[in-house]
Amino acid sequence: MLDFFLGHYAYWFTIILLCIGVYGILFKKNLIKKTIGLAILQISVVLYFVSIASKWDATVPVLDPNIPVDQVANYLNPLPHTLMLTAIVVGVATLGVAFTLLLAIYNRYETLDEEELIEKLQ
Amino acid sequence: MIESHLPAYIALTFVLFSVVIPAFGLWRKELSQPLAVLGSGIAAGFSIYGFINYLNEGSIRYFFGGWEPPVGIEFVYDGLSGFFVLVINVVAFFVMIHSHNLQKVEFPGKEMPYYALAMLMMLGFNGMILTGDLFNLYVFLEIASLSGYALIAIGEKQAPYAAFRYLIIGTAGGTLYLLGVGFMYTITGTLNIIDMAAMLPMLFESNATFAALILMIVGIGVKAALFPMHGWLPDSYTYAASTSTALIAPIGTKVAAYILFRIILWMFGIEITDAIAPLSYIVGVLACIGILYGSIMAIAQTEMKRMLAYSSISQIGYIIMGLSLANPWGFAGALLHVLNHAIMKACLFMISGQLRLKEGHSDISRFDDSYRIKYPWTMASFSIAAISMIGLPPLAGFFSKWYLALGTIDNSNWLFLGVILLSSLLNAVYFFRVLEKVYMMNPEKGQKEPAVAERNEASASMLWPTGILAVSLIVIGFANAIIVGILLNIFPM
Repeated sequence: MLDFFLGHYAYWFTIILLCIGVYGILFKKNLIKKTIGLAILQISVVLYFVSIASKWDATVPVLDPNIPVDQVANYLNPLPHTLMLTAIVVGVATLGVAFTLLLAIYNRYETLDEEELIEKLQ
Repeated sequence: MIESHLPAYIALTFVLFSVVIPAFGLWRKELSQPLAVLGSGIAAGFSIYGFINYLNEGSIRYFFGGWEPPVGIEFVYDGLSGFFVLVINVVAFFVMIHSHNLQKVEFPGKEMPYYALAMLMMLGFNGMILTGDLFNLYVFLEIASLSGYALIAIGEKQAPYAAFRYLIIGTAGGTLYLLGVGFMYTITGTLNIIDMAAMLPMLFESNATFAALILMIVGIGVKAALFPMHGWLPDSYTYAASTSTALIAPIGTKVAAYILFRIILWMFGIEITDAIAPLSYIVGVLACIGILYGSIMAIAQTEMKRMLAYSSISQIGYIIMGLSLANPWGFAGALLHVLNHAIMKACLFMISGQLRLKEGHSDISRFDDSYRIKYPWTMASFSIAAISMIGLPPLAGFFSKWYLALGTIDNSNWLFLGVILLSSLLNAVYFFRVLEKVYMMNPEKGQKEPAVAERNEASASMLWPTGILAVSLIVIGFANAIIVGILLNIFPM
């Protein structure tokens, strides 16, 4: 049982981050904090992808003359990292759009608190 | 020659025009709208040509840079993607024409970024449909979503907050989908949909597959406004500019439904989907709750755009219900409903835009019988679309519900059949309410004489798109046998 927890410790951190992110989105009243929760949620998935690509005693995926290319266990898997570069860019773009919308909301209602905002909307 | 590159041309057209519009828009901003019409027109031409080509020659797999999958990324132009691309690009073309007069009223001074964003969003939707790679799909999903948030935020005073709520829930959904893709990648080692479909039978009853499937359905379900994840939709559709709503409402949720079709029927197959728990049935029940909830909420609304938004939740339920039936009739009914609903909703939202332009509001409680004299053609188009929405023969809406009903009978699924029939009644309540106000005298106000009003019809650039869409509903109604014949050939099992 302990081995199961310790052997997968990278995934547990991912799950904790995911839960923090969902908590932030669901329960925080401030819209900025909601956006931060969203960013944490995205980062947890990025970390998941990064951790599945790692291997013990493996090197970077650049051809080393000392290590034969057919021994794939000696090289890290580069694909998930490459995918996550794109996903991080998507995340940054999302944050940019989110903050732009928040600026527009603040200029119109002068508050970023969800409860006050809903009162002002009615 | 052109055929083999066709999938890439459709996406490239939108990339090109999303660059051309800012370039020319900075010089003359009134050029933006004609350029957007041109761009979506070219794409619509390509999709019509491509679909005819598919019918004659079969499907196309386009490998980018000549790298064959699973190493490279491919665009797959088969029956399903061809059909969806055809529907969304033709509808977008009409919406772009229709926006000519609305642009000066609803988003003055923002024409150039608006149409560039619209082109980017269409690129995202077309890419989502055409791509054969799960991660690539996520990237296109985010392109479409991000430009969609921006389009929704250009609207009334409340629009940015509605867009922000959509952004939070939509991005969370996209992230869950990405996590599902991660699970699938760890167990299969590939991201290509066709490649993965070949490997999945070896992973029958795997818990990881099951978890990935649930994450993907939830993530895409947010975009499709499947019942418990629909909260963003009514506000976004109500407060956005009329053109944005007319563009996003018929297209956005359909594309998400397409991904559910692709994942559940093509990639996993219905056996693996139902291996651990009857997921397809659960999705179907959620769709049923969505159908009834959307219809009942639509009855409670007095604002026309809000009523149509709730009606969208209900109509997307039909499409997903057809998917969950997983038999040929249900499939054909669902795809026919994709076509019908895209046309009906585009037509109805465009008419609400016309009314907002002419009357300054689209509040149903303030409609009266003078509208019949002021806007004869607008109201005629509205009536056709509304009656088709209710599902009276020989209009198109009847036939999609008919085939869905055949599908439920095929599966002996009486619950779903009951929901289809009940929901048609509810649809009749909220659309006949509008028709009654427009075409009859109001007895409550003691009205004895028909209203007298000047004819004040909308301009031709608005009347023609709505008119053509309304007439096409009649044409599709009569041609339903041919269309369903084509759709039944697409069914994968």
